[in-house]
Amino acid sequence: MRYESPATTKEAVALLAKEKGAAFILAGGTDLLVRMKMGLAEPDLVVDIKRIPDMNTIKTTQTGFRIGAGVSGAQLTAHKAINKAWPGVVEATHLIGSDQIQGRCTMAGNLCNASPAADSVPAMIAAGAKAIVVGKGKRRTVPVEKIVTGPGKTSLKKGEVVEAITLPKPAKRTGDAYLRFTPRTEMDIAVVGVGISMTLERGVVKKARVCLGAVAPTAVLVPAAARALVGSKLDDAALNKLVAACAKACNPIDDKRGTAAYRTRVAGVLAKRAAKIAYKRAGGAA
Amino acid sequence: MAHDNSYTGQKFEVVGNRFLRPDGIDKVTGKARYGADANAPGQLVGLVLRSPHAHAKIKKIDTSKAEKLPGVKAVITSDDLPDLTGGNAGNAHILENCMARGRALYDGHAVAAVAAVDRQTARQALKLIKVSYQKLPHVTDVDEAMAPDAPVIHDWCFTAGLEEKPTKPSNIANRTQMGHGDVDAGFAAADVIIEKSYKTEQTHQGYIEPHACLASVNPDGTSELWVTTQGPFSYRSVCAALLGLDIAKLKVTSSEIGGGFGGKTHVWTEPLALALSRKANRPVKLVMTRDEVFRATGPTASTSVDVKIGATRKGKITAATLELRYQGGAFPGPWAMLACMTGFACYNIENQRSVGWDVIVNRPKVAAYRAPSAPMAAYAVESTMDLVADAIGMDAVDFRLKNVAKEGTQAPYGPIYGPIGIEAALKAVKKHPHMKSRLKKGQGRGVACGFWFNIGGQTCVDLNIGTDGTVNLAVGTVDVGGARSSLAMIAAEELGVGYDDVKVHVADTSSLGHNDTTEGSRGTFSSGMAAIFAARDAIEVLKGRAAKMLDVPVEDIVWEHGEARATGKGHGNLPKLSLKEIAAKSPNTGGPIAGHNEVVADGAGMGFAAHICDLEVDQETGHTEILRYTVVQDAGKAINPDYVEGQFQGAAAQGIGWALNEEYIYGKDGRLQNPGFLDYRIPVCSDLPFIDTKILEIPNPTHPYGIRGVGETSIVPPLGAIGNAIANATGVRMNHVPMSPVRVLDALDQAAQYEEQVSAG
Repeated sequence: MRYESPATTKEAVALLAKEKGAAFILAGGTDLLVRMKMGLAEPDLVVDIKRIPDMNTIKTTQTGFRIGAGVSGAQLTAHKAINKAWPGVVEATHLIGSDQIQGRCTMAGNLCNASPAADSVPAMIAAGAKAIVVGKGKRRTVPVEKIVTGPGKTSLKKGEVVEAITLPKPAKRTGDAYLRFTPRTEMDIAVVGVGISMTLERGVVKKARVCLGAVAPTAVLVPAAARALVGSKLDDAALNKLVAACAKACNPIDDKRGTAAYRTRVAGVLAKRAAKIAYKRAGGAA
Repeated sequence: MAHDNSYTGQKFEVVGNRFLRPDGIDKVTGKARYGADANAPGQLVGLVLRSPHAHAKIKKIDTSKAEKLPGVKAVITSDDLPDLTGGNAGNAHILENCMARGRALYDGHAVAAVAAVDRQTARQALKLIKVSYQKLPHVTDVDEAMAPDAPVIHDWCFTAGLEEKPTKPSNIANRTQMGHGDVDAGFAAADVIIEKSYKTEQTHQGYIEPHACLASVNPDGTSELWVTTQGPFSYRSVCAALLGLDIAKLKVTSSEIGGGFGGKTHVWTEPLALALSRKANRPVKLVMTRDEVFRATGPTASTSVDVKIGATRKGKITAATLELRYQGGAFPGPWAMLACMTGFACYNIENQRSVGWDVIVNRPKVAAYRAPSAPMAAYAVESTMDLVADAIGMDAVDFRLKNVAKEGTQAPYGPIYGPIGIEAALKAVKKHPHMKSRLKKGQGRGVACGFWFNIGGQTCVDLNIGTDGTVNLAVGTVDVGGARSSLAMIAAEELGVGYDDVKVHVADTSSLGHNDTTEGSRGTFSSGMAAIFAARDAIEVLKGRAAKMLDVPVEDIVWEHGEARATGKGHGNLPKLSLKEIAAKSPNTGGPIAGHNEVVADGAGMGFAAHICDLEVDQETGHTEILRYTVVQDAGKAINPDYVEGQFQGAAAQGIGWALNEEYIYGKDGRLQNPGFLDYRIPVCSDLPFIDTKILEIPNPTHPYGIRGVGETSIVPPLGAIGNAIANATGVRMNHVPMSPVRVLDALDQAAQYEEQVSAG
């Protein structure tokens, strides 16, 4: 196994593109190193992106935020402006692992690991986050929901690397929230996750995005759930429609972490609760 | 010298204080050396190949390619471990459990092992071993394994304990029955009878340190084993028997231990490490992965239990029965028998019967887990106790007190109790401020009791006094919970020296006589007793030396507060001699001063506890949050109260994890789905409230200091206490542990549907 720690994204891309064997990108390593220890991943090449300066900073831009792929959960949590703009995204990322894991884990890594249960992903999708993908000689910006294609699978091509995640500047009276269900309080993996963002006008939901995690092979953006909220002041009828839309969008499996029926049921419960938090954060009267 | 183990009511100066544990700094700074922390020149890395099948015939193992791989120094299969057990069925089962012999009996069963120069090479070698399996039908559920059409795992297994010997083999290894009185007459006299069935899933001790050892076998027949274990002497006997080594030539050294809870009382990979070392003629280090720990060490039994309790309207239990089905994994075990002994132990029940069925399934060989077998039986009994109390309209604690076991009560397994602490514990619960605190809507409170025997057993210690008056105490019971601190306090108390003047260490097997394993909460009880006796022997030596120094007859010397004093006529102006002064002169008065004791420590005092649990159930998700938890337990005498409280808290924490989330989940293919801490959910700190404790001290009459074992009892009540609290919070009685969110929500749904049906008429 070779280990490389390039200084630029360009070098990283070149290394990954050239490698004939199994190549892996190391950001925080909180998934990769565990997989290697368990013998589930046996890389020929590991490219560590932590030494690439561009990937280790959070930048505030005119259109929002650019979060480098190597930025840790702890760095994100400490960033005041992002906390204010997208508290749900920060909370979701903060749920990854434990305090120790937070010092290493990254949003981009959480995304590219492509687990259906990744915590930061539904929150990012709800917030309208995009991934900046760099390949040999080209760079593209992709909505986060287009990155993961199935458990462990992404739309990234050989030699491509996510350089950063962008979050838009939230419109006025926008709030977001992420809730997940786990049997334990931490060090756990979502049985169901729900990310919701919404923008209000005079207390009425004008725009919304609802994304479910861990209830299908990938995180699912649920337009019907968003439609259930739009035009409402989050009254019971709207919330009931939200619950029904979420249940309909669920395509979970029975597994060791929960039954399909349980996941479908709890997706609605959490959606309702997350909607209330997002509404309040957007300035709506609780 | 013969010593009396009776409790004397001795006044204490050192005992009962809170001293820092001597191993604390090493442990928090990372200096402590655990199982994986030993190294030897030229050592190899050992790895084990394990069966991916729940049950399979091993048609052929081809190791030739692995053997040819450069860097591989030994490959072993069961052919390298000939059966030397000579009809000892227990050892034969251990041998077969360590390495499959023609058949893989569970997912994770070892089939081969390699030793290579490094980990990568060893991993590659495992991949080169070709095993041809022929899958066989399997069964992992205890009730399914008992069914007449279940695949029979061992054709040699004929149920023992039946009146007539069965003509056909089955998965039922043993039937046990115990009890007394006339159960039928008792139920006939009852006003209320409640019958209910419960299931509990399999749990693992969940120690953080995986099994690890460094084995070195020399051509001359001598060998060494550095290992994380609760019982170096037992590991020595078993490994020597399995490998044909002489006991005295195998030196076993126990490392610091990162948790055992019963799981490190049995050998798993250690005989394989020794066999690899013997074949390679190099030291071999073998460290299990977490996956291996879950799949192939000794979790506790999963169970299925029926309880029936009858009582009068006034709250007197007239009769009670238990039917306990416990799976012991792929081999027979004593687990249902232990459950029979403990189930009703907290109560005075004139007419009672407990029947236990030990069942074999395609799961790893069950080992002890902290008060083994008791929590599951107690869960069923304590849940049903609340149901009976409800049915007769009596407070659940009062109902327990009305039927509580006391001195003179006959235990389920026969003997009559001496002074015991369950009545005092329940009374302390009743008076505890916790019971008076208000609960909010959606919250509930539960109380439950628990019992554990505690044991004594073979013990041997050495006490040596240095010329500066400091003291070494060598013990053979591994320190799993702070015993070194308690034992230093005991020696200091007897000798009249300071706590800091005594250094306790756990000796290797070549340095002391046989000590039984640290299990059954015996460490401080047994080694404490031996330490008292050894110190008293040393005092006799000190008195002799003082007599010499003062030139008086030894009969005139008394020992008080760590000093020798001459009494009697004409000795009035002789100086007192301290232990330090006598020790300093020892080279000239007869040489080293020592005390020694070997004893079978009889009379372990029984442990009883009562717990109070408050919790809140999220009725939309089924999630349970523990809000407040209080442990009341009888310690006999708390030598170092800090560590007694630590034991109470640790045991309760494990019980809470068991009650709420921990479980082995097997797929239809008979493979374990969750062999890791992500999906086998032991509680993390933020899952638990501060666990409050109250130590009761009802002296054990058969220990000089009144000590009872304290380590295990408090894992027994939590399952029942939490089940009772959930019922109190939601009105729904859970009959399946763990009471995980999915199961709780399901039970709430079923109850709601039932309500709807009832109200719809």
